[in-house]
Amino acid sequence: MSFYVVQFLSGLASAASLFLVASGLSIIFGVTRIVNFAHGAFYMVGAYLAYTLTEQLAGTFGFWAGIVLAALAVAAIGVVVEMVLLRRIYRSPELFQLLATFGLTLMVEDLVVLIWGPDDLLGRRAPGMRGAIDIFGQNLPTYDVFLIVLGPLVLGLLWLLFRRTRWGILVRAATQDRDTVAALGVNQKWLFTSVFALGVFLAALGGALQIPRDAVNHTMDLRIIVDVFVVVVIGGLGSITGAFVAAVLVSELNAFGILVFPKISIVLIFLVMAVVLVVRPWGLFGKPEAPARQMPGLTVRPWRPLSVNERLAFLVLLIAAAALPLFAGNYVLTIGAEIAIFAIFAASLHFMMAVGGLASFGHAAYFGLGSYGVAMLAKFAGLPMVACLLLGPLMGLIGAVVFGWFCVRLSGVYFAMLTLAFAQIVWSIAFQWVEVTGGDNGMLGIWPDAWVATPATFYWLSLTVAALAVGGLRWLTFSPFGYALRAMRDSPLRSESVGIDGKRVQWAAFVVAGTVAALAGAMFVYLKGSVFPDNAGIALSVDALVMVLLGGVETVSGALVGAIVYKALAIWLVSYTELSKLVLGAIIVVMVVAFPKGLVGMWEVLQARYWPGATASGKARRAEVAE
Amino acid sequence: MKLSVNALNSFYGPAHILFDVELDVAEGEVVALLGRNGAGKSTTFRSIVGLVAQRSGRIVFEGRDVTREPTHAIVRAGLGYVPEDRRIFTDLTVEENLEVGRQPPRAGAPQWTRDKLFTLFPNLGEMRSRLGGRMSGGEQQMLTIARTLMGNPSLVLLDEPSEGLSPKIVEQMAHAILTMKKEGVSILVSEQNLHFARLISDRVSIIERGRICYRGTMEELEARPDIRDAHLAV
Ligand SMILES: Nc1ncnc2c1ncn2[C@@H]1O[C@H](COP(=O)(O)OP(=O)(O)OP(=O)(O)O)[C@@H](O)[C@H]1O
Ligand SMILES: [Mg+2]
Repeated sequence: MSFYVVQFLSGLASAASLFLVASGLSIIFGVTRIVNFAHGAFYMVGAYLAYTLTEQLAGTFGFWAGIVLAALAVAAIGVVVEMVLLRRIYRSPELFQLLATFGLTLMVEDLVVLIWGPDDLLGRRAPGMRGAIDIFGQNLPTYDVFLIVLGPLVLGLLWLLFRRTRWGILVRAATQDRDTVAALGVNQKWLFTSVFALGVFLAALGGALQIPRDAVNHTMDLRIIVDVFVVVVIGGLGSITGAFVAAVLVSELNAFGILVFPKISIVLIFLVMAVVLVVRPWGLFGKPEAPARQMPGLTVRPWRPLSVNERLAFLVLLIAAAALPLFAGNYVLTIGAEIAIFAIFAASLHFMMAVGGLASFGHAAYFGLGSYGVAMLAKFAGLPMVACLLLGPLMGLIGAVVFGWFCVRLSGVYFAMLTLAFAQIVWSIAFQWVEVTGGDNGMLGIWPDAWVATPATFYWLSLTVAALAVGGLRWLTFSPFGYALRAMRDSPLRSESVGIDGKRVQWAAFVVAGTVAALAGAMFVYLKGSVFPDNAGIALSVDALVMVLLGGVETVSGALVGAIVYKALAIWLVSYTELSKLVLGAIIVVMVVAFPKGLVGMWEVLQARYWPGATASGKARRAEVAE
Repeated sequence: MKLSVNALNSFYGPAHILFDVELDVAEGEVVALLGRNGAGKSTTFRSIVGLVAQRSGRIVFEGRDVTREPTHAIVRAGLGYVPEDRRIFTDLTVEENLEVGRQPPRAGAPQWTRDKLFTLFPNLGEMRSRLGGRMSGGEQQMLTIARTLMGNPSLVLLDEPSEGLSPKIVEQMAHAILTMKKEGVSILVSEQNLHFARLISDRVSIIERGRICYRGTMEELEARPDIRDAHLAV
């Protein structure tokens, strides 16, 4: 019995940091409408800085001063980030904001390794709190008692701040209607900056307070951000009380889940989240949102099937690509195959996002399912490659059928977060179910059949599959199904009223996109000869998003261009610099700020401006540009 | 002149909405901007306070050119704006709503305190801690005016204050506006309701399809039923 009490109390102690970080994210979202992916990075930097400061400053006072100073310093960094980066993208679509702050996270990950090194750092224990108290014969660290008290204390202070101060009232007003606040003479810029500073301060404080409990390392940002997303989604974005309740709920699920279902403790949390979202899509304490903003300029440029000349041009390009093995070496061919596979993956996400208006943040789930499907068929059933390639993606299809059913009930940020959560379920199953998946060690030794075993033949196979997949998706885009999907994207109400079953159409698109992604994952296994949980990881999901946005989400062929450019760049970066994340992150940030229309979009704009006669719809385009 | 608007042109995307609108309000005056549904009254007001991004022309408030200034700066200069759709903060109490509007006292403009506003709108005084979302339309309309007055403006733009209100509340509203005027607030008020405008205004401009098509005193308009019938729905 006493064991369970202590387990419960230690769950409460873990909830404190989680609550601090989640409330910060919620407060920022409430006012600025930005889901700050970099929140985990601020948490991590808070921990690192607190580590350094508490090493430098002596004594009890030094320790606590170090914690607070670290949080303040990170808040100051947050102010700079807000003023330099976020102010430029407040009016951008949500997805771009999520991506820009993700780019920031990538940069921070490399920077902390540069500054503090790659190893885990063990921080100082809190002075005067090194002992433990006795609860019915079980030990509970004194520091945990401190954290248990701190959580509700911070909740109370925040409550006072938002109820009893003018600043708090302004923030609450802005959370509801920021334009009216401006029309009453309040300078929003200042308000946004201060809100962001407070949110970041809370995140960094949460990180700093972790150092006596946990080692500091450079992966803690992603771990916490996923938990925090779950907390704010369960609690309701924008609600501080919700963040508190959900932080406790999640921490207790963690504490007890480990005991009851050691293998699927992570899954449990995501299941709870999925259930909450289906029952109350806006979270336990949240409020239903006004419909999300439209995806970037989707209605602007008229799409059309390729003209005969353009088809010929594509064919020529394809033939040129097929001729690559005639003059390129094995290394280049392997890269070529990888690019082709990622073109399939990007095209599948593009279909969902650009055609369907469904921006998924967890598309890697289906890539991963396809990969593991193939690996299991090959390993356990011993099927030949072609059978595996045909059957393996079915696992992605099944995943998409199940997850998609839940996801299409939501939209906007919540859709993005739920897709992310499902992807994390897949990832954690792959990671935790060691007997079947091999866990972190992956499944190795899955090689293609002899007829495609050379780099050249496998490259041709990849190219063929890519051409078929991309062509098929394009054909679907201009089929009646594609039109129904676009109608749903552009005006859900109107299309429902003309008899389109919107949810069903979106669900179908979700399944198509998931299956094609799974096909890419299946091919990827044979390229690498192995599968790892990262095949379903967040990083891969974001890669796909970046490829689509880099190419241009408003264009039909953007995904293709994006995949080629991004993948080539990423491979090149990894082989030429140690700081690939730093560079990649910077590229993402710059891209979002400077080229929100992507490469193909930019090309079209330039084309319309300088060679207005060059294409059939040149005139229409020029008219748009003139606006 | 308290406020003068010159050659104001406004656009929503490609749609040209206002054409060379000219308006002015003298110190202590109540001017009515009359016009039918969709004539461009709200667009005019939103353009004056900088809420319409695409606009050209010149807006001079108390001798200062505010055309290029951001909304919050214009409002802080003493130009209060009461939007047509009220925009009450439904999650905030009456007192908190007023707090959002509060600005420091301003030389040359009447000063308003919470208590003074509760005397002007007695209904509000009885529901100080009620949530904005739980008030009737008329109460919300009073709150939105009171909230703007908390900024101690020297001029207020009132967008259709009588819209959708019961006759009894309309009467209270007219009384409140006249009290504001007596205190020294200049007012530019938009209306479709000629009867209401008659109760409160000194001068009148009529707008139709984005163009000012008549200007005169209230008495002059009363003497021209033809104009009234041509440009206003009565
Ligand atoms: N956000 C907008 N985008 C495009 N057009 C708009 C927008 N708001 C208003 N309009 C158009 O601008 C014109 C003027 O509208 P406005 O709201 O200024 O009229 P109004 O005189 O205030 O009418 P009402 O009496 O109905 O309030 C109308 O034709 C309207 O359709
Ligand atoms: Mg109007």
